[in-house]
Amino acid sequence: MSDELSEAPAASEFTSDEMMTVAASRSLHDGAVCFVGIGLPSTAANLARRTHAPDLVLIYESGTLGTKPQRLPLSIGDGVLAETADSVVGVPEIFNYWLQPGRVDVGFLGGAQVDRYGNINTTVIGEDYDDPKVRLPGAGGAPEIATSCGEVLIVMRHSPRAFVSGVDFITSVGHGRDGRARAELGLPGRGPVKVITDLGVLQPEERTNELTLTGVAPGVEVEQVRAATGWPLRVAEELGAQQPPTDRELRILRELKATLGNGESS
Amino acid sequence: MARILQLDTAVAELVNDGDTVAMEGFTHLIPMTAGHEIIRAGRRNLTLCRMTPDLIYDQLIGAGCARKLVFSWGGNPGVGSLHRFRDAIQNSWPVPLEIEEHSHAGMANRYVAGASGLPFAVLRGYAGTDLPTHTDTISTVRCPFTGEELAAVAALNPDVGVIHAQRADRAGNVQFWGITGVQKEAVLASARSLVTVEEVVDELPEQPGAVVLPSWAVTAVAEVPGGSHPSYAQGYSERDNTYYQDWDAISRDRERFRQWLDVEIHGSERSPR
Repeated sequence: MSDELSEAPAASEFTSDEMMTVAASRSLHDGAVCFVGIGLPSTAANLARRTHAPDLVLIYESGTLGTKPQRLPLSIGDGVLAETADSVVGVPEIFNYWLQPGRVDVGFLGGAQVDRYGNINTTVIGEDYDDPKVRLPGAGGAPEIATSCGEVLIVMRHSPRAFVSGVDFITSVGHGRDGRARAELGLPGRGPVKVITDLGVLQPEERTNELTLTGVAPGVEVEQVRAATGWPLRVAEELGAQQPPTDRELRILRELKATLGNGESS
Repeated sequence: MARILQLDTAVAELVNDGDTVAMEGFTHLIPMTAGHEIIRAGRRNLTLCRMTPDLIYDQLIGAGCARKLVFSWGGNPGVGSLHRFRDAIQNSWPVPLEIEEHSHAGMANRYVAGASGLPFAVLRGYAGTDLPTHTDTISTVRCPFTGEELAAVAALNPDVGVIHAQRADRAGNVQFWGITGVQKEAVLASARSLVTVEEVVDELPEQPGAVVLPSWAVTAVAEVPGGSHPSYAQGYSERDNTYYQDWDAISRDRERFRQWLDVEIHGSERSPR
């Protein structure tokens, strides 16, 4: 990020990360109840609350319900989340009372790997769990967010290493190894409905649940997205073009990011 | 009745080699100084339980105190990876580390079962994930009323639970507030418990919404101002984000980590700040 906050940006000057964050924020409807992860999802959700969705309800897994942070939280348990929340509850309660029964509309997730059926891996890279190539942080709250929220939005930077044909480990289920797991397991939520990246948007195709390119970011070619995707990416018949960030969205996003004052996790 | 003890006395008395230890605190109120005292006491072969191992367990693992880690998310929050944790898993340094891996919901419910005196807890969890294949404390159970299959997780009952809180009175009644994570459950699930507090006061002020662990549910209380640093104690201190960022460089390198241990842990009676 190299935002020059002193200069007023022209609408044509924005980074691909800014486009991704704005696109993610636009995916959140006003009034929705949203379970927010730290990093990009948190930035997008807080941007949405400052633009088109002032009544968005933000829940963080540290136990803060209906939090309205004046600045971007630095971590999932940042004090500003507790100080500005309607209520602060324990971790068992946030998962058992608020997430599990289906009270949350949208789960907002990232990950290290995502595959063609929207399954997410944040556990290990490599096929041998006991001798991994890379040990990742693990599941956190994501497995149950992925199953119990009404729908799931995934925000990730696009690369062939991240967008793989099949994840090495399913930490959080999307549509399963064959695209049919949700129906077979009777999972309550709809699962991933959208994957928003710095190159565009992927959505599960209706019949197969395979992630398909449905929109590209301004200036991005389809071939570029294909090259950054680790499976033969299908493209929707009607490919949408994302609207660039408005001046207002960019201004608010940059003001918001300036409140972080520290390294953002991803 | 909780006893008010010095931190080193409490650790010497309550934490033994080979124990299962839970040190909880969800970003807020992490009992860091108590963790440093366990390193200083040279404890070995511990089974460390914690939802978010973060820096406190990275340090204990790097110091060779742990044999096994039970957890649900192991990273440096807002910064990146835990390098001592990775080194132990990928290279068995300084000693091999066994892991038992859960989701947050699973871990939280394991403590709930433990605190409730039940052998296991049920939840809608893990379905469709690869976690149950590798973790034998995750299973399934059929609902006796509806026949529905649900996830079951084994109760977690540590030998000792350690938390940090804002304050206690001289009788050992404990108050804490803000983000309270799974601290109450961890204490109630454990056979013994140690609560470090910012201050011991003559009389607890009334604090609406405060979680209180009564004296009779706690084994020992130690007054350790700043005992959650670099995490924070709401109303007392701010999170030291620079420390979390600096830890990345220190922990990446075994030699730098050793120096850190020598200077910050073994070179001082108490860890700084």
